[in-house]
Amino acid sequence: MNTHGLIKGAKVWAFGDYIDTDVLAPGLYMKSSTEVIASHCLETVEPDFVKNVNKGDVICAGKSFGIGSSREQAAQSLVYHGVAAVLAPSFGGIFYRNAINHGLMTLICPNAKQITAGQHISIDATAGSVCIQETGVQYSCEPMPKHLLAMMVDGGLVPHLQRRFAN
Amino acid sequence: MAETSAQKIIAHAAGLDKVVPGEIVTCSVDLAMIHDSGGPRRVRPILEKLGVGVWDPDKVVLISDHYVPAVDAESAQILDVTRKFATEQGLPHFYDMQGICHVVLAERGHLKPGMFVVGGDSHSPTGGAFGCFMFGIGATDMAGVLATGETWVRVPETVRVEVTGGMPKGVSAKDVMLALCARLGMDGADYQVIEYTGDTISTLPMSERMTLCNMAAELGAQTGIIAGDKTTAEFIRNAGAEPSDFGRWLTDPQALVRSTHQIDIAALGPQVAAPHSPANSAPVAEVEGVKIDQAYIGACTGAKLIDLRMAAEILEGRDVAKGARLLIAPASQKDTAVAAADGTLATLTAAGAIMMPSGCGACAGYGAGVLAEHEVCIASTARNFKGRMGATNSQVYLGNPYTVAAAAVAGEIKDPREFLR
Ligand code: SF4
Repeated sequence: MNTHGLIKGAKVWAFGDYIDTDVLAPGLYMKSSTEVIASHCLETVEPDFVKNVNKGDVICAGKSFGIGSSREQAAQSLVYHGVAAVLAPSFGGIFYRNAINHGLMTLICPNAKQITAGQHISIDATAGSVCIQETGVQYSCEPMPKHLLAMMVDGGLVPHLQRRFAN
Repeated sequence: MAETSAQKIIAHAAGLDKVVPGEIVTCSVDLAMIHDSGGPRRVRPILEKLGVGVWDPDKVVLISDHYVPAVDAESAQILDVTRKFATEQGLPHFYDMQGICHVVLAERGHLKPGMFVVGGDSHSPTGGAFGCFMFGIGATDMAGVLATGETWVRVPETVRVEVTGGMPKGVSAKDVMLALCARLGMDGADYQVIEYTGDTISTLPMSERMTLCNMAAELGAQTGIIAGDKTTAEFIRNAGAEPSDFGRWLTDPQALVRSTHQIDIAALGPQVAAPHSPANSAPVAEVEGVKIDQAYIGACTGAKLIDLRMAAEILEGRDVAKGARLLIAPASQKDTAVAAADGTLATLTAAGAIMMPSGCGACAGYGAGVLAEHEVCIASTARNFKGRMGATNSQVYLGNPYTVAAAAVAGEIKDPREFLR
């Protein structure tokens, strides 16, 4: 993602409804480091995810993505793997906040489930539009306001505030 | 355009004329509540990294409740960090071991209609009972609030829950929420605000309204809210504060809501949630006869003065069954004091209840009163997730305080109405 919230031709990973925080950051490994937790990210639904995910890939999922506990590692695991954005019709509320605060773009997109694995998409986060490269189909998503985008570009809330207080 | 109460409060906090659902805005925070578990020990390192202190100590309420009183050296250390933080930051509103955060915050007069409040706890929706917009945030988020006094929020849509009818004997606000959990599921209100309306609400005391908003969290809501009224104003006055003008924050009659759900409380009986989810709720008859090892009356959800009185109604002149134990951890020191003065405590202890300190206690497995492997408990708390109250394979049922007390007397889950006739 660049500073204008543009993502170009990112590869899609597709998931269903209710990907919960335990699927993203299994409770079993909660006492371990973020690296260890992240190495089990999504393994119960897609064993190859951790092996094959590349920096800049995006996730398109069904409803209530990130539902469950308030653990911040659920978002941090995706950031760790370089996931550029998650698109879903709805998110678990605390996950949604945690994700944005850790620099992970979360976009509310009613059609996210229609986008299939392996397709490539371009996103304009501030305009609120998504385009599938292979088919040319366009969907809309809720636009991300500029002030939150600036925070995400800085890497999340803490680095963003560090910059703010340094000035 | 007609607006909901949440929209009005958020717009005011954001310094805007109006906001619409889905819009993301930055708001000034009127009050931030933190506790010993998610508070100082987690936010202090971030504030240090930022090189700043709390933005306005007068707008921060710190409460120790999760690890009180310390049961081991680790919890003692957490409390030590909490106390030191209060001193370092010069926090004027630090309530040390005075009860559970959501209850103490209310009873000390910190909440008023129209306020924009954040809490470092997932049951922060409780505060919405006072007509304010209060929601829970994580530790990183909270550090940001403490450093800047502001936070961003996505304006939620409103889900309306209309409660009508007179409350039958043996039924409480808790049953409304358990029935809703069963009906809507744990993502039933996905990050929306639940606004409780209907003729029953105006008859409910503040503590019952708090229970409704508290368990909005169990429906996945961002928060719950109940419009301020005479009862709200009176409560605030009794807490020694000056009530705000609640009229200006009311939801306009024509405001758009996403959905409306009706609950006829007159037709509702006591509900019980079977392990391991509040959504596994059903009328008590479905689980009658399940033997219990422990009955627990505690938590911000189910151990306020009114809850203790419900339990006392059942326990009056009866004894806890042989082989079962009843633990009671009142929600606050204030409630304990009133219950001691009016004879409620005497009724509880005469029946054989074991009184515990005010605090979160066994609710989330932090304090005393946790469960051994395969033990069965019925609790007046809000959550019965696997392993939350102790051993992973322990079984926790949720019920209202009448139902919990009745189970303690019978040694098994029982319809409490049989004891109220
Ligand atoms: S009593 Fe239980 S639910 Fe309430 S704040 Fe404490 S741990 Fe959370």
